[in-house]
Amino acid sequence: MTARNALADGTAVAASVLDLVRARSADAEAEVEVRSGELALTRFANSFIHQNVAEDLSAVSVRLALDGRVAAARLDGPLERERLEQLVAGAFEAATVSPVDPDWPGVASPAAAATVEHWDEATADASPDERASQVAAFVAAGGGLETAGSVSTQAVSVSFATTAGQAITGRTTIAALTGIARTPTSDGVARQASVALASIDGQDAGALATRKARTAADPTDIEPGRYPVVLEPSCVANMLTFLQNHGFGGRVVEEHRSFVRFGEPQLDPALTIRQDIEAPLMVGVPFDAEGMPRATLDVVRDGVPLATLHDRRSARKAGVASTGNAVEGPNSFGFVAASTVLRAGERDLDALVGGLERGILVSDFWYTRVLDPRTLVVTGLTRNGVWLIEDGRVARPLRNLRFTQSYAEALAPSAVLGVGSDLALFPEGHDSAQVVPSLHLASWNFTGGANG
Amino acid sequence: MDDLAAAAVEAALAAGAAYADARAMESRAEVIEARNGVVEAVDRTERIGIGVRALIGSSWGFHAVPDASVAAARRAGAAAAAIARASAVVPGRPLELAPVEPVVATWSSPVEEDPWAVPLGEKAALLEDVTATMRAHGADVGIASSHAWETRKWFVSSEGHRIEQHIRECGAAMNATAVGEGETQRRSYPGIRGQYGTRGWELVRGLDLPGNAARIAEEASALLTAPACPSLEATDLILGSEQMALQIHESVGHAVELDRILGWEAAYAGTSWLDLAQMGSMRFGSELMQITADATLEGALGSFGFDDEGTPAHPVDIVRDGIWVGVLSGRDSAALAGIPTGGAVRADGFNRIPMVRMTNVGLLPGSDSLDAMIAATDDGILMDTNRSWSIDDRRLNFQFGCEIGWEIKGGQRGRMLRNPTYTGISPRFWGSMDMLGNEREWTFWGTPNCGKGQPLQVGHTGHPAVPARFRGIRVGVRG
Repeated sequence: MTARNALADGTAVAASVLDLVRARSADAEAEVEVRSGELALTRFANSFIHQNVAEDLSAVSVRLALDGRVAAARLDGPLERERLEQLVAGAFEAATVSPVDPDWPGVASPAAAATVEHWDEATADASPDERASQVAAFVAAGGGLETAGSVSTQAVSVSFATTAGQAITGRTTIAALTGIARTPTSDGVARQASVALASIDGQDAGALATRKARTAADPTDIEPGRYPVVLEPSCVANMLTFLQNHGFGGRVVEEHRSFVRFGEPQLDPALTIRQDIEAPLMVGVPFDAEGMPRATLDVVRDGVPLATLHDRRSARKAGVASTGNAVEGPNSFGFVAASTVLRAGERDLDALVGGLERGILVSDFWYTRVLDPRTLVVTGLTRNGVWLIEDGRVARPLRNLRFTQSYAEALAPSAVLGVGSDLALFPEGHDSAQVVPSLHLASWNFTGGANG
Repeated sequence: MDDLAAAAVEAALAAGAAYADARAMESRAEVIEARNGVVEAVDRTERIGIGVRALIGSSWGFHAVPDASVAAARRAGAAAAAIARASAVVPGRPLELAPVEPVVATWSSPVEEDPWAVPLGEKAALLEDVTATMRAHGADVGIASSHAWETRKWFVSSEGHRIEQHIRECGAAMNATAVGEGETQRRSYPGIRGQYGTRGWELVRGLDLPGNAARIAEEASALLTAPACPSLEATDLILGSEQMALQIHESVGHAVELDRILGWEAAYAGTSWLDLAQMGSMRFGSELMQITADATLEGALGSFGFDDEGTPAHPVDIVRDGIWVGVLSGRDSAALAGIPTGGAVRADGFNRIPMVRMTNVGLLPGSDSLDAMIAATDDGILMDTNRSWSIDDRRLNFQFGCEIGWEIKGGQRGRMLRNPTYTGISPRFWGSMDMLGNEREWTFWGTPNCGKGQPLQVGHTGHPAVPARFRGIRVGVRG
């Protein structure tokens, strides 16, 4: 099935499911989403390909409301007429006996989304040999160091329709490479992600990971405590995820669980966070799991939190419009932060490091968990490279460290000393992505060494 | 469906595979979630498809199709072989799978009350009622959910396996959140994730959610004004069995996964501090520590008849008298390590490759009790119900937080403590364990959301656990 056919077929399937709904009840409200495509991922470790997988994607989900009684059903499987009939019948059966949901927001009415399409035909057609050749290039660039990582390609088409008349389609491709090179005492990491596999360069990534692994070799401990830090983009992506999940969702705001004080200069003025599906480097489709257009808006402008991110339910409760942040199925946050961009600065990573008189450079965070959402205190560890910086230069590599740090405090006014120009894409599945740079922060609380 | 799996295997062999296996699967899942007295989600998912593995030389390929036709099965088999051939561009060392006797068999998990036969309205009413009760007793947010899963899978291998399994699992969870001026407090029941098993709805009835809803709501409110857990470099720490399940899962279960030890997860889930050369001689913990991985425990969430390579479920000793003696493994990883397969390879659906997963990794009970531990502790802290968990990529350095703690003074349980946390280095921590709960306190905790692998897989694991006491532990780490 070609990608164009996938969209056409998906639209037809969505329409036929709505017809099945209408045939059972003219009054039923329903939304239907059809997804198709291919997901493929080639993993390597110990410098050989040890797992190599691909799957055809074919899924249809329907959410139904009968006089406020709501149920959802999903089929991952063959989209045959008989199975679609069973799917709809099952949804009716479940909705009939479900309690009335007083907060049911109804289904989406016609609304146009951004016309952007993050799609690359060659990536949609990528072969296992192309992924393997990227792995081979990364491994070769390791220069004898052990390597590990993955190369993935995704091509996903989405068709969405509701009984209220919304009908929308979108598609996206995503290619990504993450790899580490390893010495006996260190790991160095490189990541690349793009809409197009042609933009991925395994050799370049392997060379970078190898350089970083060698400079991180033979690390030593440092006394725990507060240090200025330069955090590479993957750390910043992690911070943004916590910031948005615990602060900006309509549900956490409504339930007074958010740490955010909207309209106040709570964060450093260097920080502007946008939701923008049309931003450079971005991937994904321009609508959410309820068929609502992904709104383009400033979530934080110059350090001032401005926007709450809503699905239809939380938007209805707040008396505002959905911002296109719904996620399929039950979700503890009630929304998904998507298409997020942290505005870049003008200095590259080397310049940010050059600005550190004495501090720590961190490649990655690992296993971060929130201790309290109201203060946004998070504990986690460093990974894949951490260095002591003195007078703007690497003084020595460090062993991994544990930190216990309030992310909100770390980004407070006067706490951000520099924003990098090195924007990087971090896709999360095919529904969410972040584009973020490195950050230079005034203080980070390291509470112990990873080895005790 | 086993004919579909057989067709996929035949196609992979015809395309050049030296070994192939396939799982045809039909599965369904149901989740109901209520919040503050209102059911917000009734979601059902059905999944149908075939996943095929092909081995060419030392290189694997896997392809999955969401289809149940012979043509699709054959297409998947051929595609798996083509992917294996691409893997050979960057090949590993020669691989002979660890031997497993081909089996033709069927297996079903025992169920007293089929979760799918319980009326949806009854399940929804239960969740509505307990969340309303939590609200009425002071919770700002009360959430409850139930889950049910049913899986039928047909496994066929080119070595002659033909295995059909029917597995039913279910469980439920609830939690109450109290929102204060500067922080939130949460109490969950029976644990942070609830409780789940390879059992029927009798499990949920036995939890008595209605009987505990008011209590956890009141405890969440009380925690807002409770004193904070003190920051101490070393104290005696008693952990309840729910937190022990998390402690076992994170610091033992993942550490003994052979794929991690071999470096296969180095770039993602991480590796392990354990060195295979030391298996059989290295001390992991105190002599009280007896850990097994046992997929035969009836009703536990990590139980099955056969793993997804056709290996019969069997118990594996992991730690014996405090000495590390075993790992979680599959046919390829075990072969490279020169040991028999541990039968611990599973996939979370037809569309995912089978990989090393925990079965029921748990502590065997000791002879003490929670009451005896408290009575024997002059100055310490009791913590239970996991709230946060973080551990390094070698599974060595952990920092865990619990929902609730209590001061222990002079052998008595004293004041409630909020925000209790503790941290440690795995072998030192386990080495300090000096009291262990007894068989009457032995609980088969179920973890339904163990994430691992790329693409991510969500595994169901079991963790038999009892309360335990540890000496000289750092607590109260602050941000």
